[in-house]
Amino acid sequence: MDNNYNYAFLDEGSKREIRRASLKAVAIPGYQVPFGSRELPIGRGWGTGGIQLTLSLIGPGDVLKVIDQGSDESVNAVNIKKFVGLTTDVKTTVKTEEATIIQTRHRIPETPMKEGQILVLQVPMPEPLRIVEPREEITKKMHAEGDYSPMWLLLYESLIRYGRITVASEYPCLVEGRYIMNPSPIPKFDNPKLDGADCLFLFGAGREKKIYAIPPHTRVIPLAFDDVPFEKESFPGRRCRLCGSGGTYLDELFDSATGEKYYQCSDTSHCQEVRGCI
Amino acid sequence: MHLKEKPVLEVKHLSVRYGEGCEACRSSLEKNRCPVCGTVWAANDISLEVYHGEVLGIVGESGSGKSTLMRCLYLDIEPTGGSAFFKDYKSGRTSIWDVSAAEKRRVRNHLMGMVYQNPILGLRMDFTSSANIAEKLIAAGERDAGAMTGRATELLEAVEIPSSRMKEPPRVFSGGMQQRVQISRALANHPSLLLLDEVTTGLDLSVQAKVLDLIRKIRAKYGVSILLVSHDLAVIRMLADRTVVMLDGKIVESGLTDQILEDPQHAYTQQLVHSLI
Repeated sequence: MDNNYNYAFLDEGSKREIRRASLKAVAIPGYQVPFGSRELPIGRGWGTGGIQLTLSLIGPGDVLKVIDQGSDESVNAVNIKKFVGLTTDVKTTVKTEEATIIQTRHRIPETPMKEGQILVLQVPMPEPLRIVEPREEITKKMHAEGDYSPMWLLLYESLIRYGRITVASEYPCLVEGRYIMNPSPIPKFDNPKLDGADCLFLFGAGREKKIYAIPPHTRVIPLAFDDVPFEKESFPGRRCRLCGSGGTYLDELFDSATGEKYYQCSDTSHCQEVRGCI
Repeated sequence: MHLKEKPVLEVKHLSVRYGEGCEACRSSLEKNRCPVCGTVWAANDISLEVYHGEVLGIVGESGSGKSTLMRCLYLDIEPTGGSAFFKDYKSGRTSIWDVSAAEKRRVRNHLMGMVYQNPILGLRMDFTSSANIAEKLIAAGERDAGAMTGRATELLEAVEIPSSRMKEPPRVFSGGMQQRVQISRALANHPSLLLLDEVTTGLDLSVQAKVLDLIRKIRAKYGVSILLVSHDLAVIRMLADRTVVMLDGKIVESGLTDQILEDPQHAYTQQLVHSLI
């Protein structure tokens, strides 16, 4: 830990403001709370929303895990861990069950989250309605009035054109029957993990200056038509080449030498645990 | 006609002004503009009724307030004063202009259908025709995709657009076809009132005739009331049972269409009728 920095980099006033915004977000599940996004030694768009949430929450007793697209060892994940390590004295881990705070981009871990854990998701575009309405003042009004017809229309259009709903990530969810929420760019495979979970989910968008949350045991339902139920990705007959797991989210890869297609767990720590490597 | 029956729509003293207004506005408007404060009265104390199954025509020159009236009724703009009662909304006891935004949306989606002069205002040009109709159904709370597709097919066939083209977006259609998609969209939720704003303007004569014929068929088939704005007296003569004539934001004459066209009383109506004959 470098003592030239304030603990967890941000000044105490900033951390308090972010925690207040987080509390408000927890109190109104799915509602986007504006906050004063701070400058960090990382470019906006590189997970600054998630990092600010992590820094505002982290304390000496915490254990941090950072994953980027399922991997604990990607450049982004390693750099975030280094940065937090530089300004705090917290331990880091790759094991999901050991961590108290998990910062993630694009995935929710395969290992079920427990009560007391916090999953911080990095969000590039918090507004789920942006795809159907470019004006912020109108999307605010739509949320206030619960007018989500254009979002349903988008799903219907996809169904008519392609015979199925083609939204693969950022699949819109209805939180506690009130707000439509963008679950960040997780694959829709992970959407069911948000529903009724034991942990707290916090979503931070640094560039867009918004925080939102899903408190534990909250109903989070992906939008679906009465006669066309929500379907997550499945990989029938496929297994991870390394650990042999089926039923996890698999990355499709190609062997550079042979050109052969193979599948591998996207969540690397889960894969390592199954293999007994960690 | 229908004098003992409760009207489907009753508009009372509608006013729309652009400006602050002043005492002089009451008595000394020059056309529809106050010479003292400069306020423009786009609609000034308009009252009318539309009865079940009838077509009420509204004629007048450009700037007379026809489209302002339509936009107020379709809740696109907020009137300055007045009230509008729908027979099917809270038993006609609450004005649609005095309710919350969410209620207004409900009124708009359940009770009315609108066909704009310019299809760009009424359609999503890049979405399929089917989705354009489904949008109204979704807004009314429908969440069964199969039922929505079935209704879209039925309505598009009713306006003579084959189901083979329902996956095409309106932008690839001709002007007449776009108007027909608008009409089918407007009918999606079985509205009690259709608002048609210059639906045949800009179409060539043969297409105009088809659209007018379609409106007549729809009226006969669905028994829907229609408020028809046009500056074309031939269209009014062909479709409207009753007609009101607007000038400078006010109604200057109203009556049975034959009566208005054959025996106009107001100087402006006489000028209008004679200029076209």
